[in-house]
Amino acid sequence: MPVNGRLGDGTGHWALQRALGTSAGAERLPGKGADLDDGAETQNGGRRRKSDALGIPARGEAQPTLPDTPSEYPGELERLEIELLLEGIFRQYGFDFRSYAFSSLKRRLWKRIYAEGVATVSALQDRVLHDPAVMERLLLDLSINVTAMFRDPGFYLAFREQVVPLMRTYPFIRIWHAGCSTGEEVYSMAILLQEEELYDRARIYATDINEVVLQRARAGIFPLEKMQEYTQNYVRAGGKRSFSEYYTALYDGALFNASLRRNVVFSQHNLVTDGSFAEFHVILCRNVMIYFDRDLQNRVHDLFYASLVPFGLLCLGSKETLRFTRYEQRYEALNLKEKIYRRME
Amino acid sequence: MQALAPGYRLIVVGVSAGGLAALRTLVGGLPAGFSIPMVVVQHRSRDSELLCELLQECSPLSVGEVNDKEEITPGRVYVAPPDYHLLVERGYFVLSTDEPVRYSRPSIDVTFVSAADAYAPDVIGVVLTGANADGSRGLRRIVDKGGYAFVQDPATAEVRAMPQFAARAVPEACVLPLEEIPLRLAAIQGRRVPPCGTVAR
Repeated sequence: MPVNGRLGDGTGHWALQRALGTSAGAERLPGKGADLDDGAETQNGGRRRKSDALGIPARGEAQPTLPDTPSEYPGELERLEIELLLEGIFRQYGFDFRSYAFSSLKRRLWKRIYAEGVATVSALQDRVLHDPAVMERLLLDLSINVTAMFRDPGFYLAFREQVVPLMRTYPFIRIWHAGCSTGEEVYSMAILLQEEELYDRARIYATDINEVVLQRARAGIFPLEKMQEYTQNYVRAGGKRSFSEYYTALYDGALFNASLRRNVVFSQHNLVTDGSFAEFHVILCRNVMIYFDRDLQNRVHDLFYASLVPFGLLCLGSKETLRFTRYEQRYEALNLKEKIYRRME
Repeated sequence: MQALAPGYRLIVVGVSAGGLAALRTLVGGLPAGFSIPMVVVQHRSRDSELLCELLQECSPLSVGEVNDKEEITPGRVYVAPPDYHLLVERGYFVLSTDEPVRYSRPSIDVTFVSAADAYAPDVIGVVLTGANADGSRGLRRIVDKGGYAFVQDPATAEVRAMPQFAARAVPEACVLPLEEIPLRLAAIQGRRVPPCGTVAR
């Protein structure tokens, strides 16, 4: 795989910026028709949530259609069209989705097909290749991973109990949060480290393929309506204070304290095409590789293994396992249930 | 994947919260040596960790919660993990954290549709007790693609809504009292039955 080791200048991102003719395209939050809705645009464009302004998808909103292939659509043709589309995207824009897991990728593609009001994958391909704005919207659909603050509280509890004592032995701690999306779990980790009095000697490198979600992560504003759920998660994750101390209500958003991102570097990095850029004591990559096929998962594990210090820690999502990768023998489980692994030697 | 033999290759089961007793009847009613892999999608809270254990207690088959990219193996019962969508590919599973569909993650429809796309016509869908309409669109897809459908007789369901919606969406489905469904599944193992709707119900 290409190793260019550059942060914040992934080839694909550059290509998109070039295609968009802007260097700040990412700062523009998607406007009408470019939001993260579920395909409801064409069915009921009049219905708009307030939180659309933040561009964050609502959890559990009723959906008029399943974002899925129409029943009568020929399966083999669909596969061919999708392969052509992904090849086209790679060659025109530099984003490589060719090794993504087919079934989840397919759902996300159909969500965009319905939202653009077209009927076939080929019709979407036509729009994507000729209109960079459509590519920008599709990129959001394909690359935004929905998450929550303190998702899987048991993981954060295990992190406090088993990882924090190890971290205390380091004078300085470098953490890579790969595929951080809109940042909910980065802020969660920052809160945990502050409470454990480790934050001042830690630096979190939070990366994502998508500059738009990084802008949102930097802003640190999450929907106020989520705070009840997040507070429950926080308590179950072993939180030591009152969760509301960490944010200020701002209209329908919760603005998280700036001190939480003092030692966080948000930066663009593409796990598919970019290489290692430092050595880390802890790498978190939770529920990101589930969107990759096994071959790509293995390649990303190459990258993680090469980016960890000896005895460094790798934290995966609760239903991800090293068992199906070539790295099973290279790590030992520090906590098998919460998927916290330690690099051996 | 094992060598191709005639018959169905996957069973997908949808059940809503409160369906534990129904699941125990269904899974517990399958004989040792039942070889068609079964996938159970239940709406449940994020911290209900006992489901697999409770099903394992009553079944000679091996029951486990699905991990991402896990292979689909004959003779096993797979349970969808909470807070993920479970997608089926030919031979293995894929998980996703995409938004809930109609308030549910896992969504029964999402699993059923992907199972139909990957395995039809060699797939059987089963909808049991539940309080919403999840599962009916996915069951429709399974039958549209030549698969088979069972729906728990709403009269015998703890909560009728879900099987009622499913039976309405898929009039061809075979509607049976819960206890009979595992017997029928065991009986059709290794062979094909006529498509739904062509036999008297």
